[in-house]
Amino acid sequence: MRHIISILIENQAGALSRVVGLFSQRGYNIESLTVAPTEDPTLSRCTILTLGDVEEAEQITKQLHKLVDVLRVNAYAHDGAAPGLERELVLVKLPIPNRNVRDDIRAVCEIYHASIIELTPEIVTVEYVDSSDKVEDFVKMISGYSDILETVRSGVLGIARGNRYMKG
Amino acid sequence: MENPTGAQMVVRTLEDLGVERIFGYPGAAIIDIYDELMNSQRISHVLARHEQGAVHMADGYARATGKVGCALVTSGPGATNTVTAIATAYGDSIPLVLITGQVSTGLIGTDAFQEVDTMGVTRPVVKHSFLCKKPEEVPKFLRQAFYIASTGRKGPVVVDIPKNCQTPRMPEGFVEQKDVSLRSYNPTVLGHKGQIKRAMTTLATARRPVLIYGGGVIQGEACAELRELVERFNLPVVTTLMGISGFPSSDRHFLGMVGMHGIYAANEALHNCDALFAVAVRFDDRVTNNVKKFCPNATVIHIDVDPASISKCVHADIPVVGDAKAVLGQCLGACDELHLAGSELTEWWGMLDGFRKAHPLSYPHPQGLIMPQDVVRAVSERLQGQDYYVTTDVGQHQMFVAQYFGFERPRTFITSGGLGTMGFGFPAAAGAKMAHPKAQVICFTGDGSFQMNMQELSTCKQYHLPVKIFILDNHVLGMVRQWQSLFYDQRYAATCLDFNPDFVRLAEAFGHQGIAVSDPAELDSAVERALAMEDELVIVDVRVNPDAKVFPMQRVGGSSEDMILSEEEA
Repeated sequence: MRHIISILIENQAGALSRVVGLFSQRGYNIESLTVAPTEDPTLSRCTILTLGDVEEAEQITKQLHKLVDVLRVNAYAHDGAAPGLERELVLVKLPIPNRNVRDDIRAVCEIYHASIIELTPEIVTVEYVDSSDKVEDFVKMISGYSDILETVRSGVLGIARGNRYMKG
Repeated sequence: MENPTGAQMVVRTLEDLGVERIFGYPGAAIIDIYDELMNSQRISHVLARHEQGAVHMADGYARATGKVGCALVTSGPGATNTVTAIATAYGDSIPLVLITGQVSTGLIGTDAFQEVDTMGVTRPVVKHSFLCKKPEEVPKFLRQAFYIASTGRKGPVVVDIPKNCQTPRMPEGFVEQKDVSLRSYNPTVLGHKGQIKRAMTTLATARRPVLIYGGGVIQGEACAELRELVERFNLPVVTTLMGISGFPSSDRHFLGMVGMHGIYAANEALHNCDALFAVAVRFDDRVTNNVKKFCPNATVIHIDVDPASISKCVHADIPVVGDAKAVLGQCLGACDELHLAGSELTEWWGMLDGFRKAHPLSYPHPQGLIMPQDVVRAVSERLQGQDYYVTTDVGQHQMFVAQYFGFERPRTFITSGGLGTMGFGFPAAAGAKMAHPKAQVICFTGDGSFQMNMQELSTCKQYHLPVKIFILDNHVLGMVRQWQSLFYDQRYAATCLDFNPDFVRLAEAFGHQGIAVSDPAELDSAVERALAMEDELVIVDVRVNPDAKVFPMQRVGGSSEDMILSEEEA
């Protein structure tokens, strides 16, 4: 089962390494990880996507809570009762051997509401934001038109639905 | 003192926090703090002979007193030498603060002389750690370190102080903030009232209840509350290795240690109970054996200050997060409020007494050989009623002490349970002796374990720490050999210590006393002579039967009651 774990940590040296270390130390996997400061610059928000059963996610949550630098932890099960909202950004760089390919790529981007963020005579770089499964669909679709040179995914970002929120 | 330096602030803060003893080893990156320490009237320093020894001493001091142990070492190898000792304290949740020197901030990351990423190396084995970047952070981090080490589930904390945070003065107008507040660290003290009521109702209506407690009861100073609860409900009590000494072993409610080498009746009690009241235990694999077969018919009530310990290994039907002392106090209060009282549990106690009678501890007595159990019993008999502390190393002798000694007062049994560190016992004894100079401090060790930290014989001479060391000397690594003997076709791979030093002459070389015994008839007098030499460290080298084995021994993968009780059954 996919679990998106949101963590508020003190924005200081060593804090992130404790979070990451905990996962390897206790044998949990990290599918993706993103981290950046929040509106309160003393806090960072970290989102980790992990796979495992409910008990494992609960144990991860408890162990994360134990870290002195961790202020809040929330886990959203992807197919649980109260799934959160999730988004992921992908950048894909593709070669353009001819005009037809360029037009095809542009058409796919229009359908997906993806944007072309750089275009040269030989190269196109596109940007797409959606849930992880949609991102995968998009990458698969676009790879049918040109051989992908590079993909960069941001990792999953998660946030609770409605009036639930996590704040320092 | 106006505008103090970082090093002055270290010493001033430690004094303010009530530190009296500090164990350590100097070096270039910590020399400024050492220089300031010389000026302190309130803190005395103990120079160990190896950084591992220093931290084990601080650990033994902490276990014997309940205070936070404190150690001071230099950067690089000074810090890496402490890793096993930090992990030992972490494994048993012992409050410890380790101050490490570090190269100057400008040199960090350049692979400078004696530079190591101390935070990185120690990260998995500390409760928390700090790296100071500015002198003014030094007192703040030290206070936070002591607070974190000694609250909630206790544990070791490292404070890494670069050299250029020790020498400069605090900035102009620096005002020290003395109260510690950490928004992201607030351990739960009181338990949930509703859960406590549920727990107590379950306990009061159980027909076969068992109380199991662990080291957290000793660390959390909850022994008196535990005993009151036991007496009110007439509960059978079992302990983990780390809980030994937390409940008097002469009390009729006490069945003994559970687990791998637990007492028969204690393990049977676990297997047959219908309600397990677990206080400050973490259900280590050596306690549960196969978790799937653990306490098959029991409702599990689990009290622990660490929420992550609850339902980690054994599912808790009624979890209560909170400090052991506070929660047990609440439990007693809830009994009064709900008018709950225990029943006689006549049938259950009848069954338990049957287990006790069926298989009490026993061992063979081959002619002409001293059995290691004999040594433990001989020392125990002479110490009962006295003020004593006993430390052990790790292996067969540790289990014999756990099984045969019979402890009565909290903190008197000091052992490395979680990590199982050979080499812990002797320096820990030195630390305990530092804390209780008038008490008899005994270290039971093996010839394998003792050789891992015997350099501290010098420290004991220098600081006059007359501990008594009983080496249960079998010239083998007994516990591993026991496994090889029982499960590896007697293939004794690398477990034979064919050469050992002459421990008596070794003691003498360090200015101590040594006694060697191999004749069973001389054991008692040797023990008596050793204990009588109050002002001397004595090594008693007891040659014991190398074929002695620790029983009961649980069959791996079985339930609590799958026990091998003697060599014939193996």
